[in-house]
Amino acid sequence: MSKAKHKTSPVSIPKSPTGIQGFDEITMGGLPTGRPTLVCGGAGCGKTLFGLEFLVRGATQFDEPGVFMSFEETNEELIMNVASLGFDLNDLIDNKKIALDHVHIERSEIEETGEYDLEALFIRLGYAIDSIGAKRVVLDTIESLFAGLPNQLILRAELRRLFRWLKVKGVTAIITGERGDETLTRQGLEEYVSDCVIMLDHRVTEQTSTRRLRVVKFRGSTHGTNEYPFLIDESGFSVLPVTSLGLEHIVSSERISSGIKALDEMLEGKGYYRGSTILVSGTAGIGKTSTAAHFAEAACKRGERVLYFCFEESPNQLMRNMLSIGIKLEPWVKKGLLRFQATRPTFYGLEMHLAVTHKYVNEFKPDIVILDPINTFDVADKEFEVRTLLMRIVDFLKVNQITALFTSLTSSACNTESSDVGISSLIDTWLLLRDIELNGERNRGMYVLKSRGMANSNQIREFVLTNRGVELRDVYIGASGVLTGSARIAQEAHENSEVLTRKHEIEFKKREIARKRREVEAKVATMLADFGSEEAEAVKIIADEQEMIARLEQDKKEMAKSRKAKVGDIVTNNI
Amino acid sequence: MMEEKNASIKSPPADFDQTISKWPKDKYVLRLYVTGTTSRSILALTNLKKICSQYLEGRYELEVIDLFQHPALAKDEQIIAAPTLIKKLPLPFRRIIGDMSNKEKVLMGLDLKELKNIKDSR
Repeated sequence: MSKAKHKTSPVSIPKSPTGIQGFDEITMGGLPTGRPTLVCGGAGCGKTLFGLEFLVRGATQFDEPGVFMSFEETNEELIMNVASLGFDLNDLIDNKKIALDHVHIERSEIEETGEYDLEALFIRLGYAIDSIGAKRVVLDTIESLFAGLPNQLILRAELRRLFRWLKVKGVTAIITGERGDETLTRQGLEEYVSDCVIMLDHRVTEQTSTRRLRVVKFRGSTHGTNEYPFLIDESGFSVLPVTSLGLEHIVSSERISSGIKALDEMLEGKGYYRGSTILVSGTAGIGKTSTAAHFAEAACKRGERVLYFCFEESPNQLMRNMLSIGIKLEPWVKKGLLRFQATRPTFYGLEMHLAVTHKYVNEFKPDIVILDPINTFDVADKEFEVRTLLMRIVDFLKVNQITALFTSLTSSACNTESSDVGISSLIDTWLLLRDIELNGERNRGMYVLKSRGMANSNQIREFVLTNRGVELRDVYIGASGVLTGSARIAQEAHENSEVLTRKHEIEFKKREIARKRREVEAKVATMLADFGSEEAEAVKIIADEQEMIARLEQDKKEMAKSRKAKVGDIVTNNI
Repeated sequence: MMEEKNASIKSPPADFDQTISKWPKDKYVLRLYVTGTTSRSILALTNLKKICSQYLEGRYELEVIDLFQHPALAKDEQIIAAPTLIKKLPLPFRRIIGDMSNKEKVLMGLDLKELKNIKDSR
């Protein structure tokens, strides 16, 4: 960026910074140095203030004294008017930083009697410039001369000479002009001041007013061509150059927790990307704010700064409500890490909202911004405007590496996905909260509709608000769809009982087997016992028999002995 | 500063209100502001002198001031055009701008001639 600037500086014309917030970005440096600039616009659109701020900031910030020549307001009025913006003109006048000159022309006093010129005005202005060494000049509103001096021919010739004279003097000048019917200014001043023309506008649409600024032309320089909303508040002018920002912001791969553990797990177990844009959408009362509050609390615990815009609830109401689910936000507000900014969406126009957002963000410098909810802007058929507004906010926050969380209320009647389609392309992580109606109950389900740059979970989780905050539970998916709430509990009970029965059955079987085993073993024991006794008996019989045989043998031997027979023959035959 | 005092006028008294009431109605206090000795400045002065000597002989006081030499006066006297003739007295206060070549208008500015008379004279 600085390199590019450096490169173009010898080619492009020198510029004087105005010090007006945002304006120098649009014009890429400020107003053309040493040339007159025409600032035109309708009544009450801030021309005088623009000029005055240009001078005051020039005198205080850039050490360039300035002359303010007013054709309408008196010096006292001017001093009063800018005092409300915190500028002490008297002090600057005393220090010879600013000179005021009120040119008063009373038509009834004047009689034209022939040729004349405005040399006296030149002398007057020149004297004022020289007396303080002014580098900046504002002529507010020089067209008043046309009302005071009837001879237009002379006047036009003299104005042409005046602007040339200003260029020769080398002062950076602002000439203000009232807006005409078909021309930029009533008297066609744009004919004479052609280097730079800025148009201010104050439009009212649907009862809300918005101030806008546009650089109509800037000779010899590039500039933003859009209409930029601007704001006049207690710190002066601020213009929003946000649309000029492209898609060239720095991307962080740092991850930050959503504050809900189970949700982090759904997002690869790490949470959101820093600097990403998160949308939480869902129907009424589904817990969008709770999700946001969780995120805010988690950020505060990490020591980050959170700016919370609430458009529907007052901060106190929100804190009380969050307390009921165990999220304590008040300590963080007291610590200064969390700031609430509550305004009704209808309080200002869309552009004004943007301006206000811009301003507070610049002031508070948060790490996280929450807008709750965004769709309240969508009062009438302003989808396009709302979309542009959000795009600008998103761009602005992204460039500043601020993580943004938006909540969006979708009506349950229409498809939740399509209703937010207007902004979906801007969103990095989109959490969808939807209610699941089943068995006369309404339960909450959450899923990650999309999350750029991560492998997010595809599961629908049941979203339960407990007194310890948001909890996510796995949901049962059965033949009849997703089971939540009491249906889920019933299903759980049912499954539990089934398990129990099975367990009982197993126990029973085990016992039966044991019993059978014992029976079999008992049988085996008796049989063995029977067998044993039988065996013993048999052995006994055998022994008896053998004894008998032995005795018979003995008897035979005895017999043979007594008969004197051959012993050997008898034995072998019998056995 | 060029000063011309053709008439013998008493120095103005301290009390202004009284002065106005006592000041003769036909006594004139005039100041001509010019920007250097341009042809237009000279023309204006010549024209003015002619008119004064014709209509106000002996009852006017004219001061000619060069704004280049007294630039601060332009702001103090609320002058933007040159040449500008300021009629301080008699009231009403008037600024007559231009080179005074339109005699009728000068006379009108000096309240020396009514609109009706101008028409009649034509």
